[in-house]
Amino acid sequence: MVHLILFIIFGVICVAGAVNLLAQKHPINSALSLVVVMGALAGLYLLLGAEFLAAIQVIVYAGAIMVLFVFVIMLLNAGEEEHTHGSKIALLFGVPGMVVGSVLIAWMLIHSQPSAREVTVGQLYGSARSIGQLLFGQFLLPFEITSVLILIAIMGAVVLARRESQ
Amino acid sequence: MSIGTYLIVAIVKIVVFLFVLLTGVAYTVWLERKVVGHIQNRWGPTRVGPFGLLQPLADGLKFIFKEDLTPPYVHKFLYILAPMLSLITALISISLIPVGNTIPIAGYNIPIQITDTNISLLIILGVTSIGVYGVALAGWSSNSKYSMLGSLRASAQMISYEVALGLSLVGVLMLTGSFSLRRIVEHQAGWFWHWNIIEGGQIVAFFIYLCAAYAETNRIPFDLPEAETELVAGYHTEYSSMKFAMFFMAEYANMVTVACLASILFLGGYSGPTFAGFLPPILSSLLPIFWFLVRVVFFLFVYIWVRGTLPRFRYDQLMAFSWKFLLPLSLANVMITGLVVALRA
Repeated sequence: MVHLILFIIFGVICVAGAVNLLAQKHPINSALSLVVVMGALAGLYLLLGAEFLAAIQVIVYAGAIMVLFVFVIMLLNAGEEEHTHGSKIALLFGVPGMVVGSVLIAWMLIHSQPSAREVTVGQLYGSARSIGQLLFGQFLLPFEITSVLILIAIMGAVVLARRESQ
Repeated sequence: MSIGTYLIVAIVKIVVFLFVLLTGVAYTVWLERKVVGHIQNRWGPTRVGPFGLLQPLADGLKFIFKEDLTPPYVHKFLYILAPMLSLITALISISLIPVGNTIPIAGYNIPIQITDTNISLLIILGVTSIGVYGVALAGWSSNSKYSMLGSLRASAQMISYEVALGLSLVGVLMLTGSFSLRRIVEHQAGWFWHWNIIEGGQIVAFFIYLCAAYAETNRIPFDLPEAETELVAGYHTEYSSMKFAMFFMAEYANMVTVACLASILFLGGYSGPTFAGFLPPILSSLLPIFWFLVRVVFFLFVYIWVRGTLPRFRYDQLMAFSWKFLLPLSLANVMITGLVVALRA
């Protein structure tokens, strides 16, 4: 019962933050709404028993990546954005697309195996030990490939940033 | 223990911890003014009370009665939110610090710590990383170039040093195999050669941690975000009265947390001789608190000592020190510690 109440609270905060992110005119308000979404997601992870993931979510996403976002917004001194009145194409294709997409996901969830759609509290591999064993055992190859991919991205960024102007 | 007693015990502990922490913060300021005064051949505060001991009280009263100015053209909501965020995140961390062993009261063995979780250390890291927003938003929302530059420097510096700080803790975590601070202290129980800094061989990690922690708390020699000769007061230039005091308290509370963590992770936390059997049980269960406080005060003194001694880094030196020196060193420490742990197992 307590878990359900907490789930609803975190879920509402999460969705409200996401809606606010889109509705706000100033980029810094949007970035802060995203921080709220990240925090609420961490709460949801914690409810599932994925304590390590929850802490990492806060440290990495809310604490480091979003600080970089805010940093860049401050550095560029980005002002308020002007809202356009919305394009007809977005209205014509976007809204029906969204409806179809959410119906599809709901349909798949309802008709899938019970094990795939229901997660009880504490069922996930939450501890640092089990996540480490998964990452460096079963999923070693994807993990290493991701690392190399990120390394390439970092090197690309450095090369682009340090290009000598002739 | 029923839920009622549990709640009462928790509330009492929270009140006591916060009271002690805030008093400690006030007297750290007094200690700093006194010690830096003596380093510079001055007396420091002497007028209010014996040895100027009531100076923090006078300062607090002054802060409360000062006019609370809000400069024009600030981003009102964030301007008010920023000091709150700083102080709240600074105070949350203390709830996970184990100050002593258990204390026997009315048949219950109550641990001297607000709460213990199995991800305590990660929670503290997460909370402090949220604290960066307080500093960043303060500078941005004040609509002043000095504040803005201060908070730009602060966010860049804190992100850079968080990496080295986090990696310097990995060695200790590998030795203990737990994120719980109480487990980490229990792992080092016994005489001083069982401490992580000696038996665990984490002396390099200890110095990385100290450097990174000084940078995280914006203290000299890493105090570029509030370099008074260049930026007036940095990110809190436009704040006055209690809002300024909140930033001030947050900074010193963070110092206390860093000192607590350093003692727990590297110097055995509250471990020390308890003379169980010679002393009455209540006294021997309170003795660990004393040993813990000795370490914390020592670290606070070193903080102040460094402040009175070292000059400030240049900005490029600051960044190079973190990325080119501390980061490789901490990675090497992780690898070597991992190797030793693996070979021993």
